[in-house]
Amino acid sequence: MQRFLDLVWVIPALPALGAVIVLLFGKRIGEPKAGYIATATIGTSFVWSVFTFFALQSQHGEGRHHVYNLWKWFAGTGDFHVNFGFLVDPLSVTMILFVTGIGTLIHLYSVGYMHGDPRYSRFFAYLNLFAASMLVLVLGSSFLMTFMGWEGVGLCSYLLISFWFEKNSAAVAGKKAFVTNRVGDFGFMLGMFLIFSKFGTLDYVRFGSHEALTGVSHTTVTAMALLLFVGAMGKSAQVPLHIWLPDAMEGPTPVSALIHAATMVTAGVFLVSRAHAFFDFSAIGNGIHAGTVVAWVGAITALGAATVAIRQNDIKRVLAYSTLSQLGYMFLACGVGAYTAGLFHMVTHAFFKALLFLGSGSVIHGMHHEQDMRKMGGLRKFMPITGATFIIGWLAIAGVPPFAGFWSKDEILAKAFFSGGAQGKALWAVGMLAALLTAFYMTRQVWMVFFGNERFRDSLADDHGHDGHDDANAQGDPHESPITMTLPLLVLGALSIVGGFLSLPFTKPNLEFLARWLEPSLEGAKDIHPGAFTSGFLLSVGAVVVGIIGIAIGFTVYKRGLPDDGVDPVETKLGPLANVLENAYFFDIGLAKFVSGPATKFATFLAEGIDRKTIDGAVNGVGRTVKEAGDGLRRMQTGLVRNYALGIVAGVAMLIAYMWTRAI
Amino acid sequence: MNPVLFAVLNTELEKPRIDWPIIAPVVALFVTALVIVLLRAILRTQPKLVYQLSIAAAFVGLVTSGAFVGNEWRIIHRSGIFQTFSGAIAVDGMTVFVQAIVLIATALGVLLALGYLRREGLETPEYLVLLLLSATGMLVMAHANDLVLVFVALEVFSIALYILAAFDRRRAESQEAGLKYFVLGAFSSAIFLYGIALTYGATGSTSLTEIATQLGVVDPKAHTGLLVAGFALLIVGLGFKVSAAPFHMWTPDVYEGSPTPVTAFMASATKVAAFAAFLRIFAGAFAQASDDWRPAIYVLAVLSLLVGTIAAAIQSDVKRMLAYSSIAHAGYILIGLQVANAGSKRNELPGTAASLFYLLVYALMALGAFGVVQSINHRGETNHAITDYKQLSKRQPLLAALLTLFLLAQAGVPFTGGFIAKLSIFRSAVDAGQYQLAIAGMLAAVIGAFVYLRLVVTMYATGQDDDPDAANEPRIKLDVGSRIALTITASAIIVLGVLPNWFLDIAHQATQLLTR
Repeated sequence: MQRFLDLVWVIPALPALGAVIVLLFGKRIGEPKAGYIATATIGTSFVWSVFTFFALQSQHGEGRHHVYNLWKWFAGTGDFHVNFGFLVDPLSVTMILFVTGIGTLIHLYSVGYMHGDPRYSRFFAYLNLFAASMLVLVLGSSFLMTFMGWEGVGLCSYLLISFWFEKNSAAVAGKKAFVTNRVGDFGFMLGMFLIFSKFGTLDYVRFGSHEALTGVSHTTVTAMALLLFVGAMGKSAQVPLHIWLPDAMEGPTPVSALIHAATMVTAGVFLVSRAHAFFDFSAIGNGIHAGTVVAWVGAITALGAATVAIRQNDIKRVLAYSTLSQLGYMFLACGVGAYTAGLFHMVTHAFFKALLFLGSGSVIHGMHHEQDMRKMGGLRKFMPITGATFIIGWLAIAGVPPFAGFWSKDEILAKAFFSGGAQGKALWAVGMLAALLTAFYMTRQVWMVFFGNERFRDSLADDHGHDGHDDANAQGDPHESPITMTLPLLVLGALSIVGGFLSLPFTKPNLEFLARWLEPSLEGAKDIHPGAFTSGFLLSVGAVVVGIIGIAIGFTVYKRGLPDDGVDPVETKLGPLANVLENAYFFDIGLAKFVSGPATKFATFLAEGIDRKTIDGAVNGVGRTVKEAGDGLRRMQTGLVRNYALGIVAGVAMLIAYMWTRAI
Repeated sequence: MNPVLFAVLNTELEKPRIDWPIIAPVVALFVTALVIVLLRAILRTQPKLVYQLSIAAAFVGLVTSGAFVGNEWRIIHRSGIFQTFSGAIAVDGMTVFVQAIVLIATALGVLLALGYLRREGLETPEYLVLLLLSATGMLVMAHANDLVLVFVALEVFSIALYILAAFDRRRAESQEAGLKYFVLGAFSSAIFLYGIALTYGATGSTSLTEIATQLGVVDPKAHTGLLVAGFALLIVGLGFKVSAAPFHMWTPDVYEGSPTPVTAFMASATKVAAFAAFLRIFAGAFAQASDDWRPAIYVLAVLSLLVGTIAAAIQSDVKRMLAYSSIAHAGYILIGLQVANAGSKRNELPGTAASLFYLLVYALMALGAFGVVQSINHRGETNHAITDYKQLSKRQPLLAALLTLFLLAQAGVPFTGGFIAKLSIFRSAVDAGQYQLAIAGMLAAVIGAFVYLRLVVTMYATGQDDDPDAANEPRIKLDVGSRIALTITASAIIVLGVLPNWFLDIAHQATQLLTR
């Protein structure tokens, strides 16, 4: 059993192998088989991860930090070595379990969803490559290994967002994601450089707890923590680096589910938990530390994204903003030091958000690629399995007990409340407000899509016939998806019901399984003492009440679907605010305007006034010099032997002249 | 009878003991070449059969020679490094390492050539004979521990290369390349020979071991003009062979004009052999005088990097671009040579080891890149302008992918051997405290990345004026030889990038020079 700890490299290797096979022979293997091969590799990885979990569970104490160096890749100067090393500890095992588990389900789902796509096998190669990179990211034994996976998932995310690159919007969205992520990656890299320059190593074992960091000033550690957090913000789409995620929905829906909801975007949360020692040790003053920044960025994202979500009409964009908001919750938790709560929410969120995305994909599939919720309604009759599972996902995210989302969100809110001071209460209040909005916009979505009046007749009638779908049910009615797609929905639905039992807020008997399990990985993280049982209970009741209020409002507004004129009631009720929310606070537009407006003007001013003459001159000078040097070389290259011989003679003369200065 | 002659004849001449196992690799190749020539003479009526037999013979010869090299490695492990043939031949780690690279490069060179020769109608056994003779000279070069023997080896492999460069007699460019290479090569050989003479004059010996001893005794500040002029001329001669700037000017013309498999062989094996001599003479024998020659190498390295990368950036012909990039690679290896003797406790990776590793990787990258270029060329060496590579990914996806790999490796992208090779060179420079050289190398690598990526982008980018039928162009059917050669080079480059340590260790072990 223990052997599995050393064989952990198999877990990322399997999907990597799958990617290679499918990439090289995909066309020959043919349509369904390529998908099944990809699914089989990641599925085997999942089984392997389960064995690894049991192997790690049989270890005690130090044995729960198992570093296995596959090989030494290269050595730098000094003591710097880069090992291909894997760290097996409770945190990484938790990550691999849910990455491979959900990954398998989504691979399986894609077999049906991508049916008939001309680049079918390419899609699975990318998906497998993504899984391999993500597993390297979470299993890496050092910041550098994580960074390698980090770049790998970034690349796959880019490739998969712009998978349908014939569509201009998809190509643009891919680029936007890539460029925005670069900003974050610079933060990550600078953080690594700073850590390496101060500690001389990037291995995680060195940074197990904050005691390990003594000797370096609090300010420096704060800088390290914040730089790493910039990286996390890029990957996990936190304000203001969130702009890429809503556009990333241009990718195929399984990609949105796997990469842009369940796994990749949570890499930032993972990084913050992995580097928790830096956040624990940091201090800015007046009780403010790097974690404060993390918590508030998370809180702002949670609330801001939730408000935007209520005005979106694209079924996937609602979920995208919802993902932003939920990621904000996770960072809020990590920021107050409740890493376990953040990770718990990460796992449950992966269950229900993957479910919701796959459900929306099933709807889109059944609706022949219609994504506008205003053109749906009453779909539960046509798609019973999708409808039922989507409703489970909705109850989970809205925080209705005993579904998964209730337990994890409740824990975050409670930990925030008890984290101390007015700040804790403020964070709690923001979280509660976001929870209210979450319940509302999800209710709105469920009613617009699955209940109320059927508004799809007209659009499907025109649309049908030229979307390349030749199914038996050609009446134009929506249809339920094939078994490969509904099976993952059922599994995820079940997980969204019971996922919360991973960690229950009871200490007698101790049911906080996840917290106890993760303890060795989060050594030295500050303990947030829960208040008395009654106050904790009251907070939970409050959270439930808020959720139910949100649902009730949503139900009253949308119980009949949309009115006949098709105008969303929220639009009229919110007045001018509606427009602001629909455009996500004009952040994107503003950014574009700023970049093309004042920023360009300022840049022009700089360019005209200062740059033109000095810096530009220098740069042009360099460019000119290179070109002239090149031309000069070209002129020297006459092709005439006598000139070449002359060149050699000139070289000889110079060398001899120099050498003579050395002689006595 | 002349009394002097009588006296000479009567003296017991001390005959050198023939250490067969040591020269066995050389002999094996040489005999193979002779056998092929004899076959050609005996079976005059069956040219086809002769050609096929000679291919078989060439591989048998190369494998046998390789086995003998392995045996030499075993001998070194058993009895340490030593010299034989009255000190003319050195047997040390570098001997084995360089011979191994030369043999691999020759074998791959033969594999690459087969299909090309068929396409160009040049299928004659002479090609193989010349290739084997050239390789023979290079193997001698790996052993040479005496300046005279270095010179002989240099001439042996060069003369064969002159003919190979002009091998395509019907093509004027090939003729021109051969002639240019010959005239300038003879010129540089003369300079090299003069350098030997001056060094002999200053030290009284041509044996590298004895020169090293001599230099150890003399106060480094009291070096005579004779000696340092000798250094200068030897640098010129070897600098010409490794195509270091400013002695590089022949390189683009000759690389472009020669038949592409010859270019591949020239770029890889020749550079390895010439650098072997460079390392053995300067990092080995002249180690004590390193203050004299290191600044000169410094300048050569920087110039090569500068000229190689900048000129490569403005080329419009792929073969010329690769020729200039080979000049830049010479610059990186010269950095390793420059810091070879920098004494420092932190020096974990000597420049010599870094250079040897770089040579191994470079030989493979050059063979691979030229191998792909050769397959894309049309009959008569056309179709190697950069514009001919537009949309290559659509027309020839496999070849485009392979060329991308070789170009990325040359650019030094992680997970390819090129990355580790560049890293080792920079690391040895930093360990030796030569920060400026390391920075110069990194800057050159940045410009170099542009050079290589430009070609990659050309192959993959899609534009307005694309030919819509590009994807339907018939795929080039690679011949078996090229297929094997490209598979080997590509996988070796990846292995060297992912699991470099074993090879780095071997390169490290190979640096225990006899003359040190």
